[in-house]
Amino acid sequence: MEPVSVIEGKAYPLGLKNVDTDMIIAADWLKTISRSGLGVGAFEALRQDPDNVFDNPAYAGAPIVIAGDNFGCGSSREHAAWAMLDMGIRAVIAPSFSDIYSSNAFKNGILTVVLPQEAVDRLLEVAQTDPIHVDLDSQTVTTPFQDRFTFEIDPFRKQCLINGLDEIGLTLTSDAHIASYEKKVASERPWVSGEKSHESLAV
Amino acid sequence: MSKQQTLYEKIWNAHVVERRDDGTCLIYIDRHLVHEVTSPQAFEGLRAAGRTVRRPDLTLAVPDHNLPTTARRDAAGNRLPILDKMSAQQLEALEANAPAFGIRYIGATDIEQGIVHVVGPEQGFTLPGTTMVCGDSHTAAHGALGSLAFGIGTSEVEHVLATQTLMLKQSKSMEIRVDGTLGFGVSPKDVILAIVGKLGAAGGTGYVVEYTGSVIRDMSIEGRLTISNMAIEHGARSGLIAPDDKTYAYLKGRPMAPKGAAWDEAVAWWKTLPSDAGARYDKVVLLDAADIVPNVTWGTSPEDVVPVTGVVPDPASFEDASKRDAAAKSLAYMGLEAGQRMQDVAVENIFIGSCTNSRIEDLRAAAHVLRGKHIAAGVKQALVVPGSGLVKAEAEREGLDRIFIDAGFEWREPGCSACLGMNPDKVPAGERCASTSNRNFMGRQGPGARTHLLSPAMAAAAAVTGRLTDVRELLGSE
Repeated sequence: MEPVSVIEGKAYPLGLKNVDTDMIIAADWLKTISRSGLGVGAFEALRQDPDNVFDNPAYAGAPIVIAGDNFGCGSSREHAAWAMLDMGIRAVIAPSFSDIYSSNAFKNGILTVVLPQEAVDRLLEVAQTDPIHVDLDSQTVTTPFQDRFTFEIDPFRKQCLINGLDEIGLTLTSDAHIASYEKKVASERPWVSGEKSHESLAV
Repeated sequence: MSKQQTLYEKIWNAHVVERRDDGTCLIYIDRHLVHEVTSPQAFEGLRAAGRTVRRPDLTLAVPDHNLPTTARRDAAGNRLPILDKMSAQQLEALEANAPAFGIRYIGATDIEQGIVHVVGPEQGFTLPGTTMVCGDSHTAAHGALGSLAFGIGTSEVEHVLATQTLMLKQSKSMEIRVDGTLGFGVSPKDVILAIVGKLGAAGGTGYVVEYTGSVIRDMSIEGRLTISNMAIEHGARSGLIAPDDKTYAYLKGRPMAPKGAAWDEAVAWWKTLPSDAGARYDKVVLLDAADIVPNVTWGTSPEDVVPVTGVVPDPASFEDASKRDAAAKSLAYMGLEAGQRMQDVAVENIFIGSCTNSRIEDLRAAAHVLRGKHIAAGVKQALVVPGSGLVKAEAEREGLDRIFIDAGFEWREPGCSACLGMNPDKVPAGERCASTSNRNFMGRQGPGARTHLLSPAMAAAAAVTGRLTDVRELLGSE
């Protein structure tokens, strides 16, 4: 994961509520066996509308999306995060995110910024004409007009994002804990382990 | 611990490997279901880092999402190729990755093949009190058996494959209690649609939900699977139901369930799991069964629920400005007008299937409505897609396939089918589908497809009349 600190630039003022991951990347694009190259398929259905924000030259290459409540709801497809990363998105600002999307975004170094609806409304207005500045270290979103909104972020996630940590590598440092947990379960609830009790699959 | 605990807290506490100072926990994962769409990049990641699968014995792979549901073998028994090259490549990747990493694999032409969330309970892979994950948001379904089950992304799939754990923060808890007795013609699907309609698509975000109350207790395991399956549609990653005698009876003797003395030990532990009397939830939501009727969706979010006897709502009637905007967009997409009677809406497609409603009880409920009837002239495509090869075989044993075929339905091979538009089963642009699946998102069943979610019996009723129909009237007229 690329480390994240400051994300600055134009923002797509999407504003829409309940943006689901089917909307972010349709199922047909999920047949890939790679993580890259999905940007061209991102927001395909919304792009049918000639007035959509993603094809508006004013926002071309923007690293930020501003959306409504419950962003990323629905399917767990990480392709949604990969597609957004591929189109250059590094932060999404919304009043709320689905739990799965927010985790997927985090794993790919996309910052999900939760702000109250009033702040999101103000940022949607500013984004029409001006850039937005997101600073992970100070946990703030600012505009050229002295707007300053602070946001909360899980300290563990913040640390991972700032350092661009490999989470699997980090977990593997707990290998001894995992092994001792497995040993405990093997004696207390041996039936949990499939290994010996499984018979053939056939009914 | 002396404090009264919820089912969720008990399962959580039994799976903490390591608790960090900031409250983040390393949680052990007991069961991992893998399918072809969200796993190739995870296996690739393992290879790139030179990592192995820590517990292949706790992992089960089965393809379901992009398999065509047409015949998989020709008359001579030879396997038929998948014509879509990308889908074929994805299936080949799983067929290669599973043995390469020592994971048990149910193949596309095995009788046990089916939708991951049908296969897990059916094989006894899903067990009460376990933690379970899959790269699919409808993993919540397994909560019906008392498993703390949730959908994860591909990076997390890779994390679980490599470490058998996930770094998680404990969610808040919510009780959704449905008391009373369901009326005639009201199914588990109507109950969960009522819940999603009441809570909204984000109402459970940040929560693990436990469904309780007499309606849930009285419900069969298959009905409960329909309920928990759609927990994610109201934003909750998991939807638990406490295990009880029905759960044990359902699981006993299943191929992967514990046997002999291990079974007795398991049941003894499972019996300690239900929430203690007086355990506190962060939020409680109550529904009365008497208020629940056969439901349908009108819009492009699963929260857009209305009784089938109702009308399309006026976007202006919503208090929330962004919902007004979204509702107007939904109606434009759906080709509906405010005030239109739902029962006047004509449908050209019927889909009975998906991890929500493709089990034997679902097929029986639909067949009951269709017996001796035929699909309406305006219905162009009517699909029944059993959730697994075993469900299909049982339905054929009961003669349900004949009822469907005689009624004008196509009887297909198991898979996700028209639920998600990534295999050949799609709904054409601009056409409507009465669908027993779980999502009515824009383009979900194919670009421009218009989805109305409903129960299997209601889908069958719509097939017979060619429009959304109150199944109670159809059954009552017999």
